Amino acid sequence: MSAAEASTLRLALVGNPNCGKTALFNQLTGSRQKVANYAGVTVERKEGRLHSSASGRSYAVLDLPGAYSLHAASLDEAVTRDVCRGFYPGEPAPDVLVCVVDATNLRLHLRFALEVRELGKPMILAVNMMDAALRRGIAIDLAALERELGVPVVETIAVKHGGARALVERIDAVAAQPHEPRTHLAEGADLHAETRRLLSLAVAMPTRTAKIDDALDRWLLHPVFGLLALIVVMFLIFQAVYAWATPMMDMIEAGTGWLGEQAGGLLPEGPLNSLLVDGIIGGLGGVVVFLPQILILFAFILALEESGYLPRAAFLLDRMMASAGLSGRSFIPLLSSFACAIPGIMATRSIQDPRDRLATILVAPLMTCSARLPVYALLIGAFVPDEKVGIFNQQGLVLFGLYAAGIASALLVSWVMKKWRRDKGEHALLLELPSYRIPHPRDLLIGLYERAMIFLKRVGGIILALTILLWFLLNFPAPPEGAMGPAIDYSFAGRIGHAMAVFFAPLGFNWQICIALIPGLAAREVAVASLATIYALSAADDDAAIQALTPVISDGWSLATALSLLVWFIYAPMCISTLATIKRETNSWKQMGFATFYLFALAYLASLVTYQVAKALGAG
Amino acid sequence: MILTELPSRTPAIVDAVEDHGPQDNIARRLRELGFVNGEEVEVVAKGPLGAEPLLVQVGFTRFALRRSEAARVRLRNGAAS
Repeated sequence: MSAAEASTLRLALVGNPNCGKTALFNQLTGSRQKVANYAGVTVERKEGRLHSSASGRSYAVLDLPGAYSLHAASLDEAVTRDVCRGFYPGEPAPDVLVCVVDATNLRLHLRFALEVRELGKPMILAVNMMDAALRRGIAIDLAALERELGVPVVETIAVKHGGARALVERIDAVAAQPHEPRTHLAEGADLHAETRRLLSLAVAMPTRTAKIDDALDRWLLHPVFGLLALIVVMFLIFQAVYAWATPMMDMIEAGTGWLGEQAGGLLPEGPLNSLLVDGIIGGLGGVVVFLPQILILFAFILALEESGYLPRAAFLLDRMMASAGLSGRSFIPLLSSFACAIPGIMATRSIQDPRDRLATILVAPLMTCSARLPVYALLIGAFVPDEKVGIFNQQGLVLFGLYAAGIASALLVSWVMKKWRRDKGEHALLLELPSYRIPHPRDLLIGLYERAMIFLKRVGGIILALTILLWFLLNFPAPPEGAMGPAIDYSFAGRIGHAMAVFFAPLGFNWQICIALIPGLAAREVAVASLATIYALSAADDDAAIQALTPVISDGWSLATALSLLVWFIYAPMCISTLATIKRETNSWKQMGFATFYLFALAYLASLVTYQVAKALGAG
Repeated sequence: MILTELPSRTPAIVDAVEDHGPQDNIARRLRELGFVNGEEVEVVAKGPLGAEPLLVQVGFTRFALRRSEAARVRLRNGAAS
């Protein structure tokens, strides 16, 4: 017995999606959580520690992915099945299974609990959301349920302080006694029949659904009012990600600028100073600057998911998205990608189907992100006259056209991917619309903290490393004594730019544009500042750079070149942060490589056609 | 009658879920979710475009099913009690 006491016992929470399992996990473990992936797959693994003050024992608690059945239909469910059985490579088998069921949804959840019970492991049934059941007048005879099931049954309220106390007592009791594995039902027994028997013995349910759900769904799923409500929600999210984040991002940029100056003042001029200021501090700033957008977007997504609205939005949009080879759940990630593809790609975690998720990740960079706006503003300002066409401003029309081209391309690409896919199998929607709930602030905060850490830890490192590599290319070798041109011209990046010019000549790009594309890898908007540097103009910020550059390029470039560059930026796979995020979220260099290749190929072809057609029409 | 033909807000009783082809995982999943003989179902809402997907109440739960998925669910003849 001493050996068993010395080693921490392992608990696993298992249950249907929407049973309140994660809220219960947060209640049990507080902030003592570790989030990672299961070995070899992109399924999220959450582990925490539970300390029982009553017994003094501590437990390792694993929050398994939600599953409808141990007959797995998805990667998530397969992980749950294998961990429960103790087959998952690298995962020790759990000592006690805590099967969580929603007290208001026992017809569905008890069937799965029966399936879990047949594994023959020590098990406790936690009947969760007893508060909601009480409000709806649902009476559950827990003693009868315990007697019939032959496993300990305990009620929990995951969202109430102390709502899991009884569960912890039962865990202590189960952990203290030896267990004999046994099955309860004959092989192949009808679990539905057994569920009905248990329900008739132990559960009295006045109505099958909650009145509030019926009332809300009548409006929120209405073909007209439902869509209107959805548009309002989407507008709010988009506005928040786009507008509310900007002041915070400006503050972060100003902060890193100040930090760079302070650090730069401490060191003598030279490569070390430049590495610290432009490479490391600039690179770190480039990572942190994404945080406001990520946090705001995820605050909305978590609240929508927890409240039960997100699956309703997917319900309303599924038909539209399915015709393009995506699913209803793809919509919010794609919408967020208009602000920035990085939070958008991270948001695809709410898409359960791996095929739909991958398709969404791959087209997300085609949504016109806010970083492309300075480039568009420069080119449109220089080449498109500020005149009216009917009631529309010509410049506005071109900008709208660029956004529309991005969306149309995304739909086309996902449609083509759907046609080309070898896996022609029907992919199910089978989406549960759970009861509406008021999200608990604790669960939202823990969720937000996890997202921020995932971004900083997993994506931040790659972005920082690539920024430093780029700094090296842009600054070495230094220009010779008495050199006339801008320093970038003599660097590795400058040489690469000159070499690239041959390849990009059919697109109408001159060598200055080619060089500017390289620092644009770090962030697309940097391309404008770099162009200013290359044309040896001094400019304090983007607006000043646009002003200074406008006369230079409207004289120096042909209209065909400008159009070609605009089209290039619709597709250009030139944001290493996005590529780093794709690598992390798909866990695959192959998918990242594919995304880079197809975006580059599309950009090249579209720009080539644009330039050649424009030249043929006399705009060259 | 199959589930796609059932008018909105009309309770009906499931007869069985039919496999479309061998190894029909969608049919199996439908059965696991509670679409089994004797269970009451009701279409409570329809998607805004082409009446797809269907929102189906089964047991105490609501599921959104595409029409191709709902077409596997055969209903008993005659109205539910």
